[in-house]
Amino acid sequence: MVSLAATFGRGAMTNHWRDIKNSDLILINGANPAEAHPVGFQWFMRAKLDRGAKIIHADPRFTRTSAVSDMYLRIRTGSDVAYFGGLINYVLQNNLFHDEYVRNYTNASFIVNKNFAFNDGLFSGYNPDKRSYNIASWSYETDPNTGFAMRDKTLADSQTVFQLMKKHYSRYTPDVVSSITGIPVDDFNKVAQLVGEMGKPDKVMTIVYAVGLTHHTTGGQLIRSGAVLQLLLGNMGRPGGGMNAERGHANIQGNTDHAISWEILPGYLKIPAPGQKNLDDYVAQSAPKKSDHNSWNFFGTNYRKFMVSILKTWYGAAATKDNEFAFDFVPKPASNASWMTIYDQALKGKMEGVILSGMTAASIGPDSNQVRQALGNLKWLVVMDALPTTSSEFWHAPGVDASSVKTEVFMVPTTHWIEKDGSFVNSGRWSQWKEQVLPPQGQSRHDHWILADIFQRVKKLYQSQGGKFVDPVMALTMGYADPIKPTLDEIAKEINGQDLTAKKQMTSFALLRDDGTTTAGDWIYTGSYLDSGNLMKRRSGISDPKTNDPTGMGFYPQWSWSWPLNRRVMYNRASADLDGKPWDPTRPGIQWNGTKWVGDVPDYPPTMDPHDPNAWLPFIMNGEGVGRLFSNTMVDGPFPEHYEPIESPVQNPLHPTNSASPVAFLYDKAVGRPDRFGTASEFPYIATSYRLTEHEHYVTQHVPHLVQLQPKPFVEIPYELASSKGIKTGDQVRVSSKRGKVEVLAMVTKRLGPMTVAGQKVYQIGIPIHWGYVGLAADSDPSKGRFWLANALTPFVGDANARTPEFKSFLVNLEKM
Amino acid sequence: MGVAGAGAIAASGLGFDVAVAESTKVKQQLRIEGAAEAHSICPYCAVGCALIAYVRPRPGGAIELLQIEGDPDSPVNEGRLCPKGATAMQLAVSPRRVESPLYRAPGATSWQKISWDDMLDRIAKNIKASRDATFVAVDANGNTVNRTEGIAFAGGAAFSSEEGYVATKVMRGLGLVHLEQQARV
Repeated sequence: MVSLAATFGRGAMTNHWRDIKNSDLILINGANPAEAHPVGFQWFMRAKLDRGAKIIHADPRFTRTSAVSDMYLRIRTGSDVAYFGGLINYVLQNNLFHDEYVRNYTNASFIVNKNFAFNDGLFSGYNPDKRSYNIASWSYETDPNTGFAMRDKTLADSQTVFQLMKKHYSRYTPDVVSSITGIPVDDFNKVAQLVGEMGKPDKVMTIVYAVGLTHHTTGGQLIRSGAVLQLLLGNMGRPGGGMNAERGHANIQGNTDHAISWEILPGYLKIPAPGQKNLDDYVAQSAPKKSDHNSWNFFGTNYRKFMVSILKTWYGAAATKDNEFAFDFVPKPASNASWMTIYDQALKGKMEGVILSGMTAASIGPDSNQVRQALGNLKWLVVMDALPTTSSEFWHAPGVDASSVKTEVFMVPTTHWIEKDGSFVNSGRWSQWKEQVLPPQGQSRHDHWILADIFQRVKKLYQSQGGKFVDPVMALTMGYADPIKPTLDEIAKEINGQDLTAKKQMTSFALLRDDGTTTAGDWIYTGSYLDSGNLMKRRSGISDPKTNDPTGMGFYPQWSWSWPLNRRVMYNRASADLDGKPWDPTRPGIQWNGTKWVGDVPDYPPTMDPHDPNAWLPFIMNGEGVGRLFSNTMVDGPFPEHYEPIESPVQNPLHPTNSASPVAFLYDKAVGRPDRFGTASEFPYIATSYRLTEHEHYVTQHVPHLVQLQPKPFVEIPYELASSKGIKTGDQVRVSSKRGKVEVLAMVTKRLGPMTVAGQKVYQIGIPIHWGYVGLAADSDPSKGRFWLANALTPFVGDANARTPEFKSFLVNLEKM
Repeated sequence: MGVAGAGAIAASGLGFDVAVAESTKVKQQLRIEGAAEAHSICPYCAVGCALIAYVRPRPGGAIELLQIEGDPDSPVNEGRLCPKGATAMQLAVSPRRVESPLYRAPGATSWQKISWDDMLDRIAKNIKASRDATFVAVDANGNTVNRTEGIAFAGGAAFSSEEGYVATKVMRGLGLVHLEQQARV
């Protein structure tokens, strides 16, 4: 998500499930939607069957998705930057990019700082001691009079983004791509030809991906490399196009939007940093800055209004103009505070308590054995869940002496989704309201009631005993009809926000103010709950397409509500040319009818005439007003570059001396713990982890039918490798990494196979993640699932930007037991 | 359908087999007879398939869940469900549920049952103690930071958005900086 925000301004799937039917070419990388999102996959098949679209699947494993694709490419895990980089090079070398789009809707014409450089795998500004970059040179040359970026719309200047990019990717020749990815040159060339066609204005391609791209030390750049290709082909903002991230959990999108995430506040506002003394400091250091005359810079311009509206929502009367709307109440983290950092802090003895809700640390990993130690270092652990998890039970897991575990553990029984109402936001940003169908089972309670009740009790303790900085605890607004049992309806209204003067629900975030007279708990949801009612409840569906899908494009604007402002395809101003005509009249996103924009909800002022010389550029969230081919908001480089996974059997063919990411944070090394990374001499095989269609992470270990369908843990082993070790399907095998082991069944398959990478023969092993020591399968097994946690194998290291763990590429050994 | 089956349908003259249709009709009537329809969304992946749940009230105020199926009117799933969605009833009502609060003291070798009141009081005391012990009001550089360093909250991919919003609001209100959910992992 970091990578999409760095490129387009917002970090979410740009289009939606049904829209994939509008595509001409579907590239799938790091995903297996036929199995992981099977019902969403119907829209891929509709594109293929109804439009004759082609599907190209690049994956280490031949899966059900590959089986219905037009081309399958066996790609080495973690090498997708080379694949996309090769396609970028092909498009640039052969002038197949969408010329008008690239000149006007991207930063191709922007002039880059003359000190910017890239040599031997390092961008300018690298500090090897800190393992980080000073990004001062990753900037634009600016006009001293206006302060705006210099541009050369002919794209001829050697310092334009376009020319620098052309030079950067010229190294990604088909031979180099093949050497890094393992994809045969001929296959790559065939794909390049198909992709090259997609720069024509009446063609459109989509890129679909999932955690197979994100779960790498280069995860952000893997995604950004696809995003750059999509900008070059003019496929962003268009129906049938986009960068489409398939989220894996029912409400991962909604609760990212609402910022259960260390680095943001609701609506993707940055968490304030130490040293920011007031709102001026905060906005100056957080908001995008206008860098072109025609840039609206909508986000930057309104940043302060969105922030003040959150503060006013949370701190009510205690948030006043005189106290900067209680800006001091907001905690300011010293440094990264993400998933791995939590357990790193616990290992260091600095974390006292952890509250887990619907998330099990022991299974999720990475490096489950180390995480288990971390849980044992806590003073207390609260597990809020409807069913037992590997975290609630970690203290008496098989092989653990419970009496030696000093952590106090609470199992807090919560209600299921079907026992409460509220919205789930799908991958395509559709916020769909569900009803309470059943009463809570047993004594279980809703998560938000539990949290509100705990908060009220903490507040009472502070009232009676005093303690550290009590002001925000006293001021936090819990003015619901029942403060310990708020309804989700009340909260949905609060999230939307109110005009405090008019006492009316806000209708648009564009109307929010920074004077404390408006609230909005999450500005991107403003417009979802009006005085007329909750728009997320709408269900005008496909039984009446004429009425409910007036454009015929599959937007179904009266089915649920989609952020922002019920817009179904983001950045849709870019779906039309400079005159406001759709690039492809048969697949319009929005179009100018002479007086206003019609079609989807415009991502643009609804009546702004495109012929006005002052008309805004299309990417309104970016300071530049255009999509970023070159972006200085990623910590590991303004152009995506291929780096090897931290554990890799080969040296980077492009720059062996800087083989892996030079800026990925190494937790164990930073505090002097022993190294937990393995080398190919001891662990010669590449491993990758994934999901099966019958299971959802770990909760389905409690669902009898699903356990019957996929009863036992296994690993997929390439036939040739298995043969060389005398392993047959059904044999018990041990797979081990530097960090741990699994002992499970072998499934020998030709879905995986040998590859040639950097002149070397390599094998990849596939490891489904779903088993552990809790659930029906474990209960019925003699070992009780003692060595079933896939994440016992995975490395405690993550993406340089987001710190998403490298679950998808690491080294293992394989033995027959 | 094989050739023989197609022949049998043609023989009925109606385009469908009357006997099969009658038996299906009878079965469906029995299954959801008197049932109320409620609308939900699948709890598993993020496709967001719409569900229809059929429920029937039982004496004593209980509600019986009879059937969960895909909502045919949804532009997302058009009534279709995968193996997980199709077995969602077994997640909704399960003998494996934890039905009352459980407590495990440091070093204890088993769970003990505990009342809600007792549990929530203990958790609240822990939170206050850890907050007070690890709170940093001003950092080494003299900056006001007002953060609680020693408590982390993680979760939210499985509960409603509005619950997640409450979690963020309450945790930030308590000064937490370690806040995480499934998106990153």
